[in-house]
Amino acid sequence: MNINQKHVDAVIVGSGWTGMIMAKELTEAGLKVLVLERGPARDTYPDGAYPKTMDELAFIQRSRLFQDMSKTTVTIRHGVDDVAVPYRQIGAFKPGTGLGGAGLHWSGQHWRIFPEELQLRSHYEQKYGKSFIPPDMTIADWGVTYDELEPHYTFAEQVFGTAGQAYRVNNQIVGNGDGNVFEANRSAPFPLPAMKNTYSAMIYWKACAENGLHPFSQPSANASTPYTNPYGCQMGPCTFCGFCSGYACFNYSKASPNVNILPALRLSQNFELRTECNVLKINLDNMGKRATGVTYVDKDGNTHFQPADLVIAGTFAYNNAHLLLVSGIGEPYDPKSGKGVVGKNLAYQTMATIQAFFEPGKFTNPFIGAGGNSVTIDDYNGDNFDHGPAGFVGGGPVWCNQAGTKPISGIPVPDGTPKWGSGWKKAVSDSYVNTVSFDIEGSSMAYRQCYLSLDPTYTDSYGQPLLRFTFDWQDNDIKMSRWITNKMIPVAKSMNPKSIKVLVKNFGDHFDTRPYQTTHLAGGTMMGTDPKQSVVNRYLQNWDVSNLFVVGSGVFPQGLGYNPTGTVAALTYWSAKAIRNQYLKNPGPLVSE
Amino acid sequence: MRTRALPFLKGKKLKNLRYFGPQSSHRRRPKSAKKLWFFYSKRSFLFYCLLLAPSIALAQPDPNPALVTQGKYLAQAGDCTACHTSLGGQSFAGGLAISSPIGTIYSSNITPDKTTGIGTWSYDDFARLMRSGKTKQGYIVYPAMPYPSYSRITDPDMHALYAYFMLGVQPVEQSDRRPSIPWPLSMRWPLHFWRWFFAPGAQPFTAPAGQDAQISRGAYLVEGLGHCGACHTPRDLTLQEESLTGDHASYLSGGGLIDGWVPVDLRSDDTTGLGRWNTQDIVYFLKTGSNDKAAAFGAMGPVVHNSTQYLTDSDLAAIAAYLKSLPGSSSDTFTYDNTETTALDSGDESKQGAAVYLASCDVCHSANGEGYREAFPALAGNPVVVADNPSSVINIILDGARRPVTQTSPSALVMPTLAWKLNDQQIADVATFIRTSWGNHAAGVTPDEVAHLRKTYKPVPNRELSP
Repeated sequence: MNINQKHVDAVIVGSGWTGMIMAKELTEAGLKVLVLERGPARDTYPDGAYPKTMDELAFIQRSRLFQDMSKTTVTIRHGVDDVAVPYRQIGAFKPGTGLGGAGLHWSGQHWRIFPEELQLRSHYEQKYGKSFIPPDMTIADWGVTYDELEPHYTFAEQVFGTAGQAYRVNNQIVGNGDGNVFEANRSAPFPLPAMKNTYSAMIYWKACAENGLHPFSQPSANASTPYTNPYGCQMGPCTFCGFCSGYACFNYSKASPNVNILPALRLSQNFELRTECNVLKINLDNMGKRATGVTYVDKDGNTHFQPADLVIAGTFAYNNAHLLLVSGIGEPYDPKSGKGVVGKNLAYQTMATIQAFFEPGKFTNPFIGAGGNSVTIDDYNGDNFDHGPAGFVGGGPVWCNQAGTKPISGIPVPDGTPKWGSGWKKAVSDSYVNTVSFDIEGSSMAYRQCYLSLDPTYTDSYGQPLLRFTFDWQDNDIKMSRWITNKMIPVAKSMNPKSIKVLVKNFGDHFDTRPYQTTHLAGGTMMGTDPKQSVVNRYLQNWDVSNLFVVGSGVFPQGLGYNPTGTVAALTYWSAKAIRNQYLKNPGPLVSE
Repeated sequence: MRTRALPFLKGKKLKNLRYFGPQSSHRRRPKSAKKLWFFYSKRSFLFYCLLLAPSIALAQPDPNPALVTQGKYLAQAGDCTACHTSLGGQSFAGGLAISSPIGTIYSSNITPDKTTGIGTWSYDDFARLMRSGKTKQGYIVYPAMPYPSYSRITDPDMHALYAYFMLGVQPVEQSDRRPSIPWPLSMRWPLHFWRWFFAPGAQPFTAPAGQDAQISRGAYLVEGLGHCGACHTPRDLTLQEESLTGDHASYLSGGGLIDGWVPVDLRSDDTTGLGRWNTQDIVYFLKTGSNDKAAAFGAMGPVVHNSTQYLTDSDLAAIAAYLKSLPGSSSDTFTYDNTETTALDSGDESKQGAAVYLASCDVCHSANGEGYREAFPALAGNPVVVADNPSSVINIILDGARRPVTQTSPSALVMPTLAWKLNDQQIADVATFIRTSWGNHAAGVTPDEVAHLRKTYKPVPNRELSP
């Protein structure tokens, strides 16, 4: 059945962080706002109720909060001449679905970008020379500056109830100077004091300091004390239960759209939410220059046309690219010619891990933990070190993020341990509470040959072509990951462990979809200053369809070392401000071509 | 179906607490009752009224918008919607099932609809009902309607309420449901005797000479529109409140079970009442549904959601000042004792119920029993926890609880239900533990008490009330 819905001022596709931030901002501006969410309604209770939420099998292995891969998925191939096949089981990354999206099951690591990363290409060209950037590397400037985003980073931290120790506020070093010395200037301290450190993190802090590095407690959107945010929404203090990433927090401690925005949004008469409504496409007028609304399918299979003056694409990372491609908005990217923009610059992250094993009796108790809790060093992140002799672009934070080690996902054991039997059991028993593990969460640059497109073969349950990933590890990023890992091995050794184990990619390794890495995908709907090189302008407004705004990490021109959510939130507030202060007064392009 | 039970005798548990007759039972009146029913039914009076129609003056409310606005505020203060709007129903159209010891009664349509509501009522009709319980049709309403309290409403406020219900409320055509009370209890004429005995006449509010103006205002709101005593004052065997004003020691000293919850003592007793709350604590609680000492639960949630959150800060301050002026009757004082805190922190689970507490309660309420400020209420020194009747504590453990949503406090924080996880013995153990730890000194709880309440187990709703 086809149903024509009543007109709304703004329709928002997706109810994750970006959709909910936009809904809050636009209802405040007096607009009648409808949010369409493809998955079911979810809330702390009953979906995250204690103690049933602490169930690794249900939530991780059986994907309680993740995308239903039987309805839609992506196909993946390594190179432009390979044949892509569907991603049938959740593995390397975890797209969310349901109210709150991936914002319900994220871990809570809440970072600000380094200012120079927003001008990545021009910064590297200026400092290291144009030839320093490999010819197939298509990194770009974002078109927005840190100073422009700073107030929005600050407000997002207040909404999220972020815990942390600031280093520099209004150009004054604060506290005892034990914040992150590399952090850019801030206009306000964190709303909550830094979380307590786990024992593992304390060991790591000491080892880093002994090696001349600059450890600090990372900014975490896991509340360190009870908190009420500027919207009046309440959080409870984190209990270090260790069930954050992949789970709904039972204690209102981890920031989520459900806990931190939705309660306030529900008070607005201008807000409407429809769950289990899957948007198929953005409808355009005859000229293809204006969005008239969206078409969606409800849970009973009815097709609806939802008219709206303003359309916000707020789906998970890469899904905005899919939405634009199936809607015929923008020119699809072609890796051969390098022309086109939609799908361009797909990027990810490059992980490595070092594990230090101690004799029994160390008691690092890895069942204690929190997703946003770590001691981190940024000495090898951003451009905080001289890339000249290192010979690569990018970097990454290195953190001891004890987030709760769980049995099914695997307990670290030393090299040489048998894969099964009594030898393996003994190693698990000896290692479980006697290991310190830390990660190098490296960046992933953008390349001409890594991109998103529509799959020519496979379709989803709605009959639409699946999104196709063409992605593989690139030498520059592996070089970066190996270089930082080598720098960090002495840190592990200075903890005086019994043995260490290094998990790092080798040159020539291919992207493996099976083990979890990160969910931090970037690109596909990149922002920029040139309509021939980007999908959206610096306000996240589509270059071709001016009443369409595209929000989320898909607008990042390349992957960061940091987790993306802090920057996603700041960019969304930045875009919302432009809509409220400029677009609504004079609808049309905010940047002339 | 949303129901509300009448307040019962303090501490006494009656069977059939929630009486749900078959849906159609209200339609099948016992034959023998039919005739009597006709004489006292609303329909018969409508019939008589129609005969006399030409002589009836039409309702003439004052159309002053400010008066209507004031009336809306007073209707919120009186929480009229609590009983007169059913869940999912239209505002003030009635139909809410209210269970009582004698059967289920249904609230009436008080919208200005001319055929099914009060659209033809004059001001005098309205004021008479509000002050004496006598309808325009002449019958006496069940005392679920707190007219003994409403009789204290001043004339100007009554005019404002009338203006609001005539002009500010959307008329809804919805016939009242007749109570499903079996004969002979279904007869309404004995209610005249009830009224003669227990609410013989309207008692307009007059402030005692020399009383502080703020306290007087608070007394007017609490004893009158707020009808706080309807739940928080004990009732006699014959269901009337033991007292209606603060000069009696029984007034607001804690009521009988309502839907399995125990309304707490609102006087200044240190352990069982509000003795350790300051006026700001009371104001904040009524505005947001919680403060750093307690959180609203059970029937108080809707009261905050529908009523008290809308009161002005000065009226809330007046209510707080008045409540703080009511002396307690007990000399018991609460002193925090860290014995259990020290034991739990050192992993000592030897006290009965301690292991259950650590596994199921500690994460939010903390080993020190002090909870976390406004998020999770303290158990140490909490009057709800140490009330003589442990039903509230048992019910919260069984059913969980959800904080009310207010304009200033939109988060409906939930304590999850634990009925599926803990057996009667475990709940009795942990309830006893929290009633006897950190300086709390209340009687223990038996598994039988838990088993009894488990029969009415009703998990916390999945989604909050609409704002």
